[in-house]
Amino acid sequence: MVAVHSWGRLQAAEHTLHALADHPPTRLPLAEGQHGLAHGMGRSYGDVCLNPGGALWATRGLDRFIAWDESTGELTCEAGVLLRDIQRTFVPRGWMLPVTPGTQFATVGGAIANDVHGKNHHVHGSFGDHVTALQLLRTDGLRMHCGPGLRPDWFAATVGGLGLTGVVTQATLRLRRVAGPWLDTETLPYASLREFFALSDASEADWEYTVSWIDCLSGADARGIFMRGNHVPGPVASPPRTPGGGKRTVPFAPPFSLVNRLSLRPFNTAYYHLHAQRAGRRLQHYEPFFYPLDNLLEWNRIYGRRGFHQYQCAVPREGGEGAVAALLGEISASGQGSFLGVLKTFGQRTPPGLLSFPMPGVTLALDFPNLGESTLRLFERLDTVVAAAGGRLYPAKDARMPRALFESGYPRLPEFLPYRDPRIRSAMSLRLFGD
Amino acid sequence: MSDTSSFRTIAIVGATSAIAHHCARLWLAAGTVDRLVLIGRDAARLPSVAADLQVRQPGTRIESIAGDMLRPDAIADTVRSVCAEGVPDLVLIAHGNLPDQPACESDLAAAQQALEVNGISPALWAEAFAGAQQAQGRGRIGIIGSVAGDRGRQSNYVYGAAKGLVERYAQGLQHRLAGTGVRVTLVKPGPTDTPMTAHLKAQGARLATPEDVAGAIVRGMARGTPVVYAPAKWALIMLVIRHLPRAVFHRMKI
Repeated sequence: MVAVHSWGRLQAAEHTLHALADHPPTRLPLAEGQHGLAHGMGRSYGDVCLNPGGALWATRGLDRFIAWDESTGELTCEAGVLLRDIQRTFVPRGWMLPVTPGTQFATVGGAIANDVHGKNHHVHGSFGDHVTALQLLRTDGLRMHCGPGLRPDWFAATVGGLGLTGVVTQATLRLRRVAGPWLDTETLPYASLREFFALSDASEADWEYTVSWIDCLSGADARGIFMRGNHVPGPVASPPRTPGGGKRTVPFAPPFSLVNRLSLRPFNTAYYHLHAQRAGRRLQHYEPFFYPLDNLLEWNRIYGRRGFHQYQCAVPREGGEGAVAALLGEISASGQGSFLGVLKTFGQRTPPGLLSFPMPGVTLALDFPNLGESTLRLFERLDTVVAAAGGRLYPAKDARMPRALFESGYPRLPEFLPYRDPRIRSAMSLRLFGD
Repeated sequence: MSDTSSFRTIAIVGATSAIAHHCARLWLAAGTVDRLVLIGRDAARLPSVAADLQVRQPGTRIESIAGDMLRPDAIADTVRSVCAEGVPDLVLIAHGNLPDQPACESDLAAAQQALEVNGISPALWAEAFAGAQQAQGRGRIGIIGSVAGDRGRQSNYVYGAAKGLVERYAQGLQHRLAGTGVRVTLVKPGPTDTPMTAHLKAQGARLATPEDVAGAIVRGMARGTPVVYAPAKWALIMLVIRHLPRAVFHRMKI
């Protein structure tokens, strides 16, 4: 038995680890009476990738590319391949993942199971929108191919299916063409939610990537930094220096969170002013633009030994501004929060999975050091705002949402249930499904 | 001959090994390898390795050869046919398996198999390629040993003995080839996270990643370093282990 924790470091429960190493795997090792779950890089924050006391099928050994078709841009690979390795192999050849989350250190399987999204949702949707096929392995030994055109019901259940329909062993992804690694980016400070929404709307037509950092302590007069970007369509004459491989790491988790009442306000103020000063247009390499935190390895340790929660919600555009203002008001009043607040609009798109998180509207994501009861009580107040607005929380980030909020946020849940593998279970499924 | 751009033809014996596969990825990433020969025992397992490498580097010609890894005549035939198309600039000998020590103690056939696969076979492959490279006046041979070969210990001495054989063999080959332009690198990985050590991982052991070990191998072979511990900290650890007095060592449960 080995202790495994997820990115939030909230718990380190014991698991029986089995590394999947056959290419392809044909059975999922499981003891009599045991339940199991696939585990990639453990970059999700809560308990979607944990199965305390049960088995974990580690997929990192399934890290091979299988086939590449240059004429269609379709890459077939095993599910343990890292998004980073796809980007690093193919960007120099003029291809890139159409959708990428905020870290490259996720596996293809994890990206599918959580149907991750990126900064270009209104143009390219979520990760599952670019999966043309996948192979699923069930605990009874069944191996199944599915895709949007083949067994589409299984596909829709598995994309965003939290690993509960089976283990994705391989997938075919459609990459998109790029001229190079450079992005034409613009940084604009804003001083109210109204300004944020105006910027988002104005950017929709001409900018592919949009996101904003928001000062969670600024309350209703939300201030933040809006960032937008486009791929540079041709070669770049004198590119800025390519980001070096230099990585720093946080070597250990301090006994208390470095993000606290004393550090947060001055940090947020400094961060806002620093970026407001650097406002304007510049060329950026895709790595720091898409993955701002990946260069600080193990950054989750700065929250100390108690770990941290992330609260990420999506609310419909209708009433969205009011909901976000209410959420920011609650957070500011509590004094809790972190400097990693992200606010972003989602586009008008139907998501590919039955339990996919993105919905047309706006999403707010914030990290909170785990202060125990006070954090959970704050989240309950935030839940009320989200529920009243008709929104939902992102399972990939969640460790505590109540079942009622999950059910109200995901109306297609009853359609999903028949596709569950009876011997696959996670701490999240126990919490949100009852088993 | 001190940078990887000179390695136009590479042969890997035991190409389905996780460490070898990661080395191949690094060598192909430079884009300067014209021909890569993958040699392994199991014809069913080579294609997946070849496919992964081919996707990463469409410009390299990749050949797979499956066959007997132990019999001298089979080894000689394979090496002859590989060299007929051009003597590899770099050969990595990476095959092996981790035997079950208790099984080796109760079953002599298991012990023999472990010694052959992990000790005798690597030496024969190296011997077969060494002559061809020596005739060319240049080349690199990497042989994967193990820290286990530094001192026999109760928990894995059959494996350790085989790797000790490999070390002694590599030393002799280095002496023979001194001044010829052929460099032999003996690689000694510490415990590495591969399918071979899955049972250790399941117990929570902290293992090096195959990427890190492969990086050390590729750098060491580029420089022609005679002995590479991967990761480097094992050089110090094994220095201590080797020098522990017998009376002390015998009391340790390792």
